[in-house]
Amino acid sequence: MTSHQGSNGGDRQPVFDLKAAGFTLPTIRLLDPDMRRVAAELGARVEKAPDFFRNTPIVIDLSALPEGGAGVEFPSLVGLLRGFGMIPFGVRGGGKSLQAAAEAMDLAILGEREMRGARPERPLELPDPTVQLAKLAPEPVAQEPNAAQGTNFTMITRPIRSGQRVYASAGDLCVIAPVSAGAELMAEGNIHVYGSLRGRALAGMRGNREARIFCQDLRAELVSIAGHYRVSENIPVELRGIPVQVFLDQKILRIEKL
Amino acid sequence: MARIIVITSGKGGVGKTTTAAAMAMGLAQRGHRTVVVDFDVGLRNLDLIMGCERRVVYDFVNVINQEANLNQALIRDKRCENLFVLPASQTRDKDALTKEGVGRVIEDLSSGYDFIVCDSPAGIEHGANMAMYYADDAVVVTNPEVSSVRDSDRMLGILSSKSRRAETQADPIREFLLLTRYDPERVAHGEMLSVEDVQEILALNLLGVVPESKAVLAASNAGVPVVLDRESDAGKAYGDMVARYLGEDVPHRFLHVEKKGFLSRIFRG
Repeated sequence: MTSHQGSNGGDRQPVFDLKAAGFTLPTIRLLDPDMRRVAAELGARVEKAPDFFRNTPIVIDLSALPEGGAGVEFPSLVGLLRGFGMIPFGVRGGGKSLQAAAEAMDLAILGEREMRGARPERPLELPDPTVQLAKLAPEPVAQEPNAAQGTNFTMITRPIRSGQRVYASAGDLCVIAPVSAGAELMAEGNIHVYGSLRGRALAGMRGNREARIFCQDLRAELVSIAGHYRVSENIPVELRGIPVQVFLDQKILRIEKL
Repeated sequence: MARIIVITSGKGGVGKTTTAAAMAMGLAQRGHRTVVVDFDVGLRNLDLIMGCERRVVYDFVNVINQEANLNQALIRDKRCENLFVLPASQTRDKDALTKEGVGRVIEDLSSGYDFIVCDSPAGIEHGANMAMYYADDAVVVTNPEVSSVRDSDRMLGILSSKSRRAETQADPIREFLLLTRYDPERVAHGEMLSVEDVQEILALNLLGVVPESKAVLAASNAGVPVVLDRESDAGKAYGDMVARYLGEDVPHRFLHVEKKGFLSRIFRG
C-alpha cells in the first residue's frame, strides 16, 4: 500500500524528530537477590497472565537491595525475564557496583532525572484470568472487557452459540467451551479453543501473521490467519476432529496435527 | 414468586405449544399453581391445544393495554383447578407486546402463581424475544434434525445475551433440552440424529426425549394436553419431563427400539 513518495531527492523533509517522551513502565523491584526464589515467584505470576508479560519492556529496580549486600546475578536475571517474554532494558537505584554489573549486561542506568515528574507508583494490577466475560457476546459483537485495564486476554467459559460473535481486540482469545456452527471468533492475537470448534475462527485480525489458532477438536467452517483462510471443504478429512494448530507459513495457511 | 419458564426453539413446528401445554398441565397436576401464557400473538394456538378456545373473552394484549384486568382474561382449566391459560390475541401483531407491558403482566402473575409457562412463537424476532426476556428457565424444544439443532443453538445464544438476566448480569437462565419427535428406529438406521449427536452439539442438560407419536396429533385435535394421555409414549415422556424439571431423578425412556417379543412379532401381521 505504501508507495515510495519520499524517495525523489528534491524534498528536504527531516528524517526524524528527536523528542523526549514519558512512559509508564512495569518495574520489578528486587527485595532479595536470590535468583532461584525470584524465578519461582515470577514463574507463578507469569503463569497467571502470560499475555500480560509478552514483549513488555521492564525496568529492574535495585533500590530495595541492601547496600554492599550480595550481588545480583544479572545474566541469569536478564535470561529469566527474557525467558518469560519480557524485555529488560534498564535498572534504577542500587549502588555503584550493582550499576556497573548491570551496565556490563548492556542494561541502561535510569537516573532520577528520568523519573522526575512521574506519577506516584502503584502496584501493578495483574488481570484476573478467571474473569468471565460478563456479557457473553451480546449480539452482534462482544468487545473484550479488559481493554480498560490495558490488558489483552479474553477468556470465555460459556458455549458460543450459532449467531454469536466474539471479538478480542489486541490480544488472545481463549474459549473453554464448544463453539457452535454459525458462531464467529475473532482475535487480533491467537485463538485457543478447548472444546469442539464448529464455527469460524479468525486470528490475526489486524494482519498479525504470527497469530495462530489452537483447537482441540477441529470441525470449523472456516479458519483464517491475517486474512489467509480455508473453508471447511478445503480442510482434509484426516485433520478433522483432532487437536490441531493453524498457522501461516510463507503466506500458506497450514493446519498441523498437535 | 413464580418461576418463569419459556418454551422456545427458534424453528417452527417442533412442538413448542404441545410442550407448553403438557408442561403446564403436568406442573398443575402436581399441585403447583400454574399459568400458561401464549406469546404467539396473531397465530393463537395454545387455547386450541388446551381445549379452551370457546371460552376466550379477553386476551394477553387486552391486559397489556389495560383494556381488561388479568382475572377477566385468565381462563381456568376445567380438568385441573391449579391451571390457568392466558390466551394470545388473534387480531393483533407481535408489536403489541411491549417490554414494559409484558413485564407488568408477568409481575402481576408472579405473586399468585408458582410457575409461569411462556409459550414462545417461532423465530428470533420480537415475539420470541418478549417470550424469553423475563425467563428464569428455558426449555429448548428441538427435533433430531440438523436445521432444528442449528436454530436451537441460535436461540440459546439469544437467551444468554438478550434476556433480562443477561442484561442485569444476574445468574444466567437455566437451559434445558427437550428432544421431540424422536424415532429410535430411524436413529438406528442412521436417518435421524441420535440423542448423543444432539447433546454433543448443544451441550445442554437433557430434560426429556419425547418419541414421535400419533397420540400427539390426536391430543392436539381433541384439545387435550397429551400429558393427560397416560397410555401413550408421548404422554409418559412428558410426565417424566415434568418430574425431571421438578428435580426428580427419572431415567430416560423411549431412546431405543423396543425389542419385539415373540408374540407381538406373530400378531403384528
